[in-house]
Amino acid sequence: MNAELPLWEVFIRPRNGLAHKHAGSVHASDDVMALHAARDVYTRRGEGVSIWVVPSAAMTASDPSEKDQNFEPTASKIYRHPTFYEIPEEVGNM
Amino acid sequence: MYSQGLIGANATTDEDEEFLARFQARIDAEEKIEPNDAMPEGYRRTLVRQIGQHAHSEIVGMLPEGNWITRAPSLRRKAALLAKIQDEGGHGLYLYAAAETLGVSRDEMTEELLSGKAKYSSIFNYPTLTWADIGAIGWLVDGAAIMNQIPLCRCSFGPYARAMIRVCKEESFHQRQGYEIMMTLAKGTPEQKELAQDALNRWWWPSLMMFGPSDSASEHSDQNMKWKIKRFTNDQLRQNFVNATVPQGEHIGLKMPDPDLKWNEKTGDYEFGEINWDEFWRVVKGGGPMNRERIAARRKAWEDGAWVREAAMAHAQKRQARRDAASVAAE
Amino acid sequence: MQDRIALLAIRLADDHLVLGHRVSEWCGHAPVLEEDLAMPNIALDLIGQARSLYAYAGEVEGKGRDEDMIAYLRREREYTNCLLVERPNGDFAETMLKILYFAAYMEPYWQAMTGSKDETLAAIAAKAVKETAYHIRHAGEWVIRLGDGTEESAGRMQAAVELLHPYTAELFENDDLTAELANAGIASEPSDMRAEWDRTIGAIFAEAGLSQPDVPFPHSGGRNGEHGEAMGFLLADLQHMQRTFPGASW
Repeated sequence: MNAELPLWEVFIRPRNGLAHKHAGSVHASDDVMALHAARDVYTRRGEGVSIWVVPSAAMTASDPSEKDQNFEPTASKIYRHPTFYEIPEEVGNM
Repeated sequence: MYSQGLIGANATTDEDEEFLARFQARIDAEEKIEPNDAMPEGYRRTLVRQIGQHAHSEIVGMLPEGNWITRAPSLRRKAALLAKIQDEGGHGLYLYAAAETLGVSRDEMTEELLSGKAKYSSIFNYPTLTWADIGAIGWLVDGAAIMNQIPLCRCSFGPYARAMIRVCKEESFHQRQGYEIMMTLAKGTPEQKELAQDALNRWWWPSLMMFGPSDSASEHSDQNMKWKIKRFTNDQLRQNFVNATVPQGEHIGLKMPDPDLKWNEKTGDYEFGEINWDEFWRVVKGGGPMNRERIAARRKAWEDGAWVREAAMAHAQKRQARRDAASVAAE
Repeated sequence: MQDRIALLAIRLADDHLVLGHRVSEWCGHAPVLEEDLAMPNIALDLIGQARSLYAYAGEVEGKGRDEDMIAYLRREREYTNCLLVERPNGDFAETMLKILYFAAYMEPYWQAMTGSKDETLAAIAAKAVKETAYHIRHAGEWVIRLGDGTEESAGRMQAAVELLHPYTAELFENDDLTAELANAGIASEPSDMRAEWDRTIGAIFAEAGLSQPDVPFPHSGGRNGEHGEAMGFLLADLQHMQRTFPGASW
């Protein structure tokens, strides 16, 4: 049997002003058909104004087993957050 | 229908106790498990099986209703039915995609469906004989599916839960569509009312069977509850369905085909008669009125479509080659 | 003039309903799951266009008929769709080509109708023209892929062309009705669409490696209610419920 149609990840912009967000995936032979499939599958109820499709094979993901070394070190760096600093109330919004 | 995905699932694992305890702690803390996370092999296998069978149910489920698209009695009903069946195809697609995150391809799952290795909901092995069956399926079968799917929105496996949220949102019109058909028939001519009652009589019991065997007879229920793949037992969900559905039937003047059905003031539940489990197992094992036709129809679509899929891939390769040649020429 | 407008609306609606009916027959049987979603989208567009047109025809003719009475309760000879749309589906190549041939005709037709003196028809056209443009793209992409794909697909695609091409001339036939409505600024003459249709099909065929055959004997007759043998069975399906339960509402 022939090879399976490749998998594509679908990203949809719900309306202008918002970023494209992952919606799901489709199988399609090429980019044009992947866009058609994404339109027919994921925008049947007016969910979007723009679509991106990316071959799933082209995506690189971080390794979940490295989650701690990747993301935990930021937890201690509270000086990156505005609430770390004390400003007198009289100064007003800053 | 979807808890039938667990029939015969083998959830045994070889992982050591510390690994399993750590995994269970994540589940108990209501953390979602994502595809690349470490997970017990039994958890992965159970999900592949359940999500795959859920997907197959959506896809095979297109056939009995599809049987009435060209004969829908009004253009309004035709459009609604076509949109509903199309949604089911979409739901199958979302579900296949969720299962694919666990390392199984859609083509592999399709082959398992066509070879009979993978099951789908037994309900779709009954024929749609009249237009009222379309109403009964929407009202009862989709009603039962929603009962099952709402708790699955909180399933511990992230991609499955996300697919279910989308499915539940889209399906909200399906049951209403079916109930409206039944209501129109029940209010119509005596002939129409007869159609509605006859459809209810034929679909009521198979709908109750959709929740799967009684928990006392279901082998793997405990482990799946522990892993929060399942949140309620088959019997709980079935009872919820009966409690919700009986008053809906009475409201439109239809009679439930169960002489033992009665309201129990004390428990706040409807008591209902014994389900014919022999019939259930016969249909699950391939002996329903439509098992052969359903798989034959899916097989025909798959085989007749092979040349189309091959052509699309061949064209894609030629296009890529032309692009590559053009970029080489440009350098 | 009102009854002439009703006749035209019914003719157009018949084309759309019958093609929508044929495309809907694929639901659940498509070659890939993604196409099981694409084809119902097309069918829903076509059926939606038919509904608007039937409803409007019922309104302007003033005989108290609603969309369903016109769509369901006529005899075969009273349906005035062209022969192309009623052709049985055949394989996927044939279905995609049929959708493309029809959409490539309707796109310029709707485009012109957006400027109709009849405001309702202009509004229907404004909505339909966008839907139809997508039908051309989708079916056109498939025709290109199948024409260019494998030896088998190219053979099937060219066979579909040989089979369906003789039904395309009927699309462009003018008659008394179309002439009268063109004079009144309501709708264009079908023959006006020929050049645009040739351009659309020519471009797609060039990419697909397909050729338009010479047609010594084009088929015609649908506009007079003279249909192919498959039409009666299509209507038997379509009308089944309305004929079995006369006067019931659904």
